[in-house]
Amino acid sequence: MTLTLAQKLWDRHLVRRVPAEPDLLYVDLHLVHEVTSPQAFESLRLNGRRVRRPDLTLATMDHNVPTAGGRERADAISQRQMQALEENCAREGIVLYGIGSPRQGIVHVIGPELGLTQPGMLIACGDSHTSTHGAFGALAFGIGTSEVEHVLATQCMRLFRPKDMAVTVDGSLPIGVTAKDLALSVIGRLGVAGGQGYIVEYRGSTVRSLSMEARMTVCNMTIEAGARAGMVAPDEVTASYLGGRPYAPSNWAQARSDWDELVTDPDASFDRELLIDAEELEPYVTWGTNPGQSVPVTSRVPAPRGEADERALAYMALEPGQAIQEISVDRVFIGSCTNARLDDLRLAASVIRGRRVHPKVRAMVVPGSAAVKRAAEGEGLDVVFRGAGFEWRDAGCSMCLGMNPDILAPGQRCASTSNRNFEGRQGSGGRTHLLSPPMAAAAAIAGHLVDVREMAS
Amino acid sequence: MTPFSRVTGVVAPLDRSNVDTDQIIPKQFLKRIERSGFGPYLFYDWRRTKDFVLDRPEYRGAGILVTGANFGCGSSREHATWALLDAGFRVVIAPSFADIFLSNCLRVGLLPVALAEADVRRLIELAGSRPGAQLTVDLGTQSIHAPGIDLSFAIDPFWRDCLLNGWDEITLTLKQEAEIAAFEARRPDWLPALTSPG
Repeated sequence: MTLTLAQKLWDRHLVRRVPAEPDLLYVDLHLVHEVTSPQAFESLRLNGRRVRRPDLTLATMDHNVPTAGGRERADAISQRQMQALEENCAREGIVLYGIGSPRQGIVHVIGPELGLTQPGMLIACGDSHTSTHGAFGALAFGIGTSEVEHVLATQCMRLFRPKDMAVTVDGSLPIGVTAKDLALSVIGRLGVAGGQGYIVEYRGSTVRSLSMEARMTVCNMTIEAGARAGMVAPDEVTASYLGGRPYAPSNWAQARSDWDELVTDPDASFDRELLIDAEELEPYVTWGTNPGQSVPVTSRVPAPRGEADERALAYMALEPGQAIQEISVDRVFIGSCTNARLDDLRLAASVIRGRRVHPKVRAMVVPGSAAVKRAAEGEGLDVVFRGAGFEWRDAGCSMCLGMNPDILAPGQRCASTSNRNFEGRQGSGGRTHLLSPPMAAAAAIAGHLVDVREMAS
Repeated sequence: MTPFSRVTGVVAPLDRSNVDTDQIIPKQFLKRIERSGFGPYLFYDWRRTKDFVLDRPEYRGAGILVTGANFGCGSSREHATWALLDAGFRVVIAPSFADIFLSNCLRVGLLPVALAEADVRRLIELAGSRPGAQLTVDLGTQSIHAPGIDLSFAIDPFWRDCLLNGWDEITLTLKQEAEIAAFEARRPDWLPALTSPG
């Protein structure tokens, strides 16, 4: 029988299958953070239940942590959430990399960098961007709080098998075009609901040539097309990323030979296929209020096709036909689980070196983890960013969702490397344009959205 | 979970597609550590704009929301379903739902009803043209009724039974202890595990 990678991973985790019921799947790693877990722990306690596998559970604080000034800067309710997580983890014997820990960071950044995210695993987390971990050839699902409680209590989740979609990308990415642009292009083609009910496997020569960081960016954004999960089959790039990390398999040879089986069989079929020619891609920028509403930076704000587009244009205060590069920005945010890894910061820094942030712009870099921050400082990237006028912050989700003090004021416009441009996402009344780290860096320098390829020359 | 069988209530129209969970419940209200108290913040930003449809007095106390495709997209925050329940909604009718939102609904007892686009349109028109009109949604017979309207809907039988009986998913899964333990015994030994903080 020929199988897709997703089918193989599914079958490996099957605890129980009975007709007319969702499958019961085993969770190899459960990632927990302060915002979507307190109600789950509370309910567990009220029902007299315990966490089944604290050794397969890792907690961190990321969503509401301040990125400057430490924990004391958080509002009282955020502090209460952090405290609740500490108490819950202490009671259940769960490892917690909280604020101040050298291993703290965005949950989807620290799992991979600790080597906890490995090929062949099933990973769950109460956060939609859990799809990130699929970059390692893992099945990774974002879940709600009731399912968090279910995983805590049973180490299992109950799901009907989604359909299979292949997104095949071939060719070389043009200069100035990144994994973020590929992700925005995929969402633009599928639409924000086009992936509903699917697991997406990214394939093709372009995907093979991407770094792990870039693959994580692509898998991360898969949820924005509405898909249940995104994944890339493991290869040498995956193995060399994992080698030597704290939780890399001690039985390396055996793990490696197992990972070799994690590929889609040559004759396996997908329920849907999308082909993309990488050479046709450009740097993209979103103009609207969902991640599917993007255009090449060289183009213009499109004419509205219906009421939803009109509402988006009104919210964003844009006119159809306006050149994208004439849109000025007040803020620039380089961060989030999409684009705050070392590679992302290097790409952004390469644009900034020797330049200054535009005087009207407030720009901020929020590394994805404490480890990313240390590594970046180790190679002097903080000096580049600070020297150019960027704020250099501590790790967290920060302005991607604005649960901490980092938010947009009403009406402010932000060029952001994050993943969602929903109304009010970065602060009530704020306007978000999604783009890649080098494009965000270029916008910070120019004071408006700009084609980074022009800046480089 | 409270069992769900049948609801008769005012139907409120929200004629928008791709309504994301950031709109349903903005992030500044996710800091509570309880499951209750989210109702007043449902659609918080939209409610502060003029003429937001759900603020019309005819829809006050509505129990059924009828809306556009891909409802509940974006963030996995279950708080979105808690806010809808807390504000009095027991049913959401739409052409389609985002996957995680749908999964959350089934677990908290908020009935997600997917109908053909044309049928959703009829209900939106009913709610708009006769504000305060009531619908009956019957999960047992998988049907929707109002004067002049009789529709049926599909729902997965497993989740239908869970909703009808108010079954707790964890209790169901814990009955499979033997199979879970057997699975654990055959997991590869190179998979990572965290060491207890002591």
